Amino acid sequence: MQFTAMILSNVEVSPGYWRMRMTAPPECGSARPGQFMMVRVNGAIDPLLRRPFGIFDVGIYMPAQSGAVSQPYLEMLYRVVGKGTAMLSALHDSDLLDVLGPLGKGFDLGAADEEKLIVGGGVGLAPLYLLAKELVKESKVRLFAGGRTRDDILCITEFERLGVECYTATEDGSLGECGLVTEALLRRLDQLQGRATIYACGPNGMLNAVAGIAKQREIPCQVSLEGYMACGVGACLGCVAPGQSHSPETPDFRCVCTEGPVFESGELKWRD
Amino acid sequence: MKPDMTVNLAGITLRNPVMTASGTFGYGEEFAEYVDMESIGAFVTKGLSLKPRAGNPTPRIVETPGGMLNAIGLQNVGIDAFITRKVPYLRSVNTPAIANFFGNTVDEYAEMARRLDGIPEVAGLEVNISCPNVKQGGIVFGTDPACAASVVSACRAATKKPLIVKLSPNVTDVVVMARACEDAGADALSLINTLTGMAIDLNKRRPVLANITGGFSGPAIKPIALRMVWQVAKAVKVPIIGIGGIMNATDALEFMLAGATAVQIGTASFINPGAAQKIAEDMETWLIANGVADIKSLIGALET
Ligand SMILES: Cc1cc2nc3c(=O)[nH]c(=O)nc-3n(C[C@H](O)[C@H](O)[C@H](O)COP(=O)(O)OP(=O)(O)OC[C@H]3O[C@@H](n4cnc5c(N)ncnc54)[C@H](O)[C@@H]3O)c2cc1C
Ligand SMILES: Cc1cc2nc3c(=O)[nH]c(=O)nc-3n(C[C@H](O)[C@H](O)[C@H](O)COP(=O)(O)O)c2cc1C
Ligand code: FES
Repeated sequence: MQFTAMILSNVEVSPGYWRMRMTAPPECGSARPGQFMMVRVNGAIDPLLRRPFGIFDVGIYMPAQSGAVSQPYLEMLYRVVGKGTAMLSALHDSDLLDVLGPLGKGFDLGAADEEKLIVGGGVGLAPLYLLAKELVKESKVRLFAGGRTRDDILCITEFERLGVECYTATEDGSLGECGLVTEALLRRLDQLQGRATIYACGPNGMLNAVAGIAKQREIPCQVSLEGYMACGVGACLGCVAPGQSHSPETPDFRCVCTEGPVFESGELKWRD
Repeated sequence: MKPDMTVNLAGITLRNPVMTASGTFGYGEEFAEYVDMESIGAFVTKGLSLKPRAGNPTPRIVETPGGMLNAIGLQNVGIDAFITRKVPYLRSVNTPAIANFFGNTVDEYAEMARRLDGIPEVAGLEVNISCPNVKQGGIVFGTDPACAASVVSACRAATKKPLIVKLSPNVTDVVVMARACEDAGADALSLINTLTGMAIDLNKRRPVLANITGGFSGPAIKPIALRMVWQVAKAVKVPIIGIGGIMNATDALEFMLAGATAVQIGTASFINPGAAQKIAEDMETWLIANGVADIKSLIGALET
């Protein structure tokens, strides 16, 4: 659906990373983890296209006016990388945003008796918080968060507050283990008793590594992809990602905005 | 009083002049949640071909100031899947559906026209002779008057339905192409398709699009589109559909003054999926505010 959201807060949570809360119509209360929204940064033609962002959290708030009824809010966690995100970071409380969403197919929550292993790189944590919030209701959840430096490890205390066991790794060693977070994931998998599912979102290199690990260990794995999106509704076909049987001779493209952004990792084509 | 918003496009009566542009509105269904289909004049399908087509590698799109480049590579479900999976939706909507199509050879174009001619839910055909994305594809036909004419006459012979020819702007003289297509039997001309462009990533020293070049669309191309519509309108008798960077009712009405009988909304539908409906409504509001009783009176009414 398309709606006008009012910004409730917009704060920098770590250098270059912002968290924005906005009002949402009642229908958005049922947004699924992994779904995303297309945000129009402003009414001008530069930036022209909407920008896609994952849904970080959904909740209920009570407007300040007397007699007001409670209303859902949506949150997004975003990194300033260019024009559109820089403009978003300059918006203030009570500014309005034109939003399309929730869009796409979210995560499958799987069976309760599995251990849930969530892997996030940098701003890839954005869609994983709402996921963790759902998963902790039934299962044991562990988070593996990686980044270049400590500034890229976001909102860990929020995850901990949910009861998620968190492992962190940074490439420069400024927080947690020094190196890639997939090392910690591998160690956990070595100790694993019983079944598990992996959920991942982050840079392509990380997703590629995680998908490889999942395949090798025969563990189900869902990944959330990014792609250049113009429409978000399956019309432009700009956002596609190569499917598992893709080759230049036998092309197999999946539409990220409607068939995804969450895919079983086995459905997609990865670098070996 | 409510103004008369209807226009006649080569025998198809449109409730208003606002259509959607091929490749920007899927097969209609994708937008059902956002647009009241019966509030627009007509919609145009994604470009169709005989065989399904998977399209180009990614990145396929990139934004540039005031516009976007796309190199989708004419990905589409193919005519067979179109008939089984997409036509049922067209049947459920009381708005003319125009099938946009292309081929790699004159014979393929003619075969597509023949297949589409047999689908009752298709009100008219729009032949894409101008897609700049595919190496052996449209561009060859759309930039040479003789090639374009051979495609158009082959399609003309294969269908009795209204035949719209969509022109490429990537030519030296669009009027020459327009005349060639009119002479070959086009019932209407739509223009413009995207302009060939490119974007470069300085730090990577690489083109942004995997295909290197792409089709440029959006508000940045409007002045060029407007100029071409005006030039062609003066040179041909068949009705013209104006396309290119239309973002609002003002833009659409300007195209009508320049000589367009109808307009198509492209990139604007990505930014606001309800754009076509909003533009149609706002055009009517403008007519009322300006005391125009019949929108047809604006067609080509530019004073120079
Ligand atoms: C389904 C989905 C969910 C996403 N969720 C989040 C999120 O929760 N938080 C977040 O911070 N970011 C998210 N992104 C990425 C975000 O959309 C881009 O960072 C944003 O569009 C950049 O806009 P800009 O105008 O600031 O950058 P631009 O000036 O447009 O570009 C700056 C850089 O960002 C890259 N970029 C631009 N657009 C996109 C795009 N659509 N996808 C990927 N890379 C792009 C370009 O290659 C360029 O290097 C998501 C993307 C997708 C497709
Ligand atoms: C993503 C995309 C896909 C397109 N696909 C087609 C197509 O399949 N066939 C066609 O004739 N035109 C296609 N076009 C061109 C549009 O129909 C239109 O002519 C062009 O975008 C200019 O209009 P605009 O500036 O309003 O977008 C496509 C345009 C875009 C942006
Ligand atoms: S973003 Fe347009 S099809 Fe996915």
